[in-house]
Amino acid sequence: MDRISRTTSIRLTLLAVLSAMIVGAVIIVLSDITSLREGDFGTAFGTVLDAYSALFIGSFGSLRALSNTISSTTPLLLCGISVAVAFKAGLFNIGATGQMLAGGMFSLWVGFSMHGPGIVQIPVAILAGALGGALFGAIPGVLKARTGAHEVITTIMLNNMAAFLVLWLLKTTIFQREGRTDPISKLVSPEGILPRLFWFLDDRKDLLAHSGFYVAILAVIIFWWLLQRSTVGFEFRSVGLNLDASQYAGMHTKRLMVLAMMISGAFAGMAGASEVLGTYGYASQNFAGNIGFDAIAIALLGRSTPVGTAFAAVLFGALQAGGRQMQANTDVPIDLIVVLRALIFMFIAAPLLVKAIWRVKAAQTVEGQSFRGWGA
Amino acid sequence: MSTPPDFVVELSAEQRKRSRNVGFAYVVLGLISAVIFTNRPGDAGFKLLDDFIFVIPARPFASVLAIVLVALGAAQLMRGLGRWTNVVLAIATMSFVVGFLTWAASGGSFSFTGMLQDTVARSVPITLGAIAGILCERSGVINIAIEGQLLGSAFAGSVVGSILGPWPGILAAMLIGVGLSAILAVFAIKYRVDQVIVGFAINFFALGLTSFLTSRVLTPYPQYNSIKPFRPYAVPLLSDIPVIGTVLFTQTLFVYVSFAVVAVTTWALFRTRWGLRTRAIGEYPKAAGTLGVDVIKLRYRNLLIAGAVAGFGGAWWPVGTVGRFDQNITGGRGFIALAAVIFGRWHPVGALSAALVFGFSEAIQLKLSNLNTGIPSEFLLMSPYLVTLIVVAGFVGRSRSPKASGQPYDAQ
Repeated sequence: MDRISRTTSIRLTLLAVLSAMIVGAVIIVLSDITSLREGDFGTAFGTVLDAYSALFIGSFGSLRALSNTISSTTPLLLCGISVAVAFKAGLFNIGATGQMLAGGMFSLWVGFSMHGPGIVQIPVAILAGALGGALFGAIPGVLKARTGAHEVITTIMLNNMAAFLVLWLLKTTIFQREGRTDPISKLVSPEGILPRLFWFLDDRKDLLAHSGFYVAILAVIIFWWLLQRSTVGFEFRSVGLNLDASQYAGMHTKRLMVLAMMISGAFAGMAGASEVLGTYGYASQNFAGNIGFDAIAIALLGRSTPVGTAFAAVLFGALQAGGRQMQANTDVPIDLIVVLRALIFMFIAAPLLVKAIWRVKAAQTVEGQSFRGWGA
Repeated sequence: MSTPPDFVVELSAEQRKRSRNVGFAYVVLGLISAVIFTNRPGDAGFKLLDDFIFVIPARPFASVLAIVLVALGAAQLMRGLGRWTNVVLAIATMSFVVGFLTWAASGGSFSFTGMLQDTVARSVPITLGAIAGILCERSGVINIAIEGQLLGSAFAGSVVGSILGPWPGILAAMLIGVGLSAILAVFAIKYRVDQVIVGFAINFFALGLTSFLTSRVLTPYPQYNSIKPFRPYAVPLLSDIPVIGTVLFTQTLFVYVSFAVVAVTTWALFRTRWGLRTRAIGEYPKAAGTLGVDVIKLRYRNLLIAGAVAGFGGAWWPVGTVGRFDQNITGGRGFIALAAVIFGRWHPVGALSAALVFGFSEAIQLKLSNLNTGIPSEFLLMSPYLVTLIVVAGFVGRSRSPKASGQPYDAQ
């Protein structure tokens, strides 16, 4: 990243987004079977324009859209940082979903057990979320350090287990809301709800963005400090670049592995806390959604740097917010967003391809390998 | 069994530690069996044939199995089991599982044969996905995209199968598998993009596109998503063997083909020139390249073959089972297949065994939900993943991946 000029990198990213939008348009047109059968290309192309304008208006077109974008960005950013921390230490954390669920349940428990004051309860609940995520993240870290089990496999398995564990917990008397038979949790006490971001606009209750966003921004700063200013961060990067050399230099590589997974899990756990305490105010079975997987794309897009990850998270968050608008306004399903994300991801991952398509002349990019074998 | 004097295996400290851990695990499992699986009185019925139920008193039988487990663990701890390790692992696992089933079935009965038949059927996509993974990794390319290949080909199989019939459906599924493999190949080999990243992008892309097209096309036009699935075919004579005939020889075409694929891949990888070259480019491509093997070309070819295998596995959902496609119908089986690759130590037969373990834990949870065990269903649903986790953590350390797996090849 350092060796590519910044303008080229920004230009390549924009071209990648543009390429993805073009392929997306083709997909929209080709999937409009009804119009195509009648040979009505005008309607099909009109759908593309409607869909894309709804996408933009729904993400940045109004204060409300902006608020939705912020809401969607917050957990994506926290989980993106989670994955990025692990990447820096040479670990591929696919388990952000599970860690987010674990963190969310921890902070939920604090959220409905305590009854204020908010100034104490909210930080405690968020820290509980970080703790829950860290503990859940420690499992694949310890397994890797002690047995060599690859984290790609263990984290995927732990994600699935966490999902069922949450489903079960939500039906126990500790978590289940009184008088309900479906898996839904008690409500977080009013003092523990994260304050609205636009609290000063009293008449705009539709602006749902909450102060979890500040947690996310703080996380970006912590991530930057960790990487650039702390000894542990230096050791993470060293282990990530060359495990054997770091070991030879006297670093406790196994301990670092576990620590990296715990810090990674803590960020994901805070994402869970932010969703439970801010977005929902309770937990249902699927409060983590696909955020953990999207986070992988975000970290990769942002090349695991603090600023890059933040921009990638905003891009994905905007697509998410706009996608809901698009689904409401047109008959294009929101799943298009997943396609667009995959395409953007693919085009950015292959700068050579984008350069070939758009005939951009630029210095050779430097590509690192995220994968260093299955361990053992 | 006495070891021949000229065959003395020197165990490393690491292996000794692992052997001790495994022994310890057997003892713990044995104690769990002794305490929990013997606490339900009554008879346990295992329905083996339509007209024959094998009935056994639950308590004594479970006790015997628990003793076997503890004894095996003690033996492992005292002197290590050397080359009997795998056999003992199989016996120990079976003792535990049968003990559990005895406990669960006490006071009732369930179709044991039916469960095994289901196990074999459910292992198909995992086996085929794992073979695809092995073909790629043995050639030095990590294939994280198995999930996406299964999903994409399941979709294509359903749509084309609904319009043109099951055979063209299978063909279309294989073509999609090959196509997605081609994307992986071009990006990983030609553009030298990080293979894990391309793999993930393909997974995203397949999930997004199939979900998108399902909501946008298949929901309004259900006639494109309705296919007549294959019926099980009873192999003449062989299917008349009690139990085994039902489990192995009364299955759909997919089961027979997947066994054949495992056999052919094993033979080809370890007995042919192609296999030697493939393993060479996965271990040390520079050396293979120097000796005149066209590394790039062989990687392309193997990835495309792998795509066809995964595509066939994806066709299992629409053509082999339910006769339709649903959003995210694969539900992470591609990732389980990836675990099977590692668990099976990059060997087709190993992958098949792993796939059968996963198939079993999927089949068991369906049967157990019929028996009233008092175990919350969530824990049963969790079991396949827990099994994977334990297996990967406990036994994978002994395996070694192809050395060049994940590294792009540079001829210079």
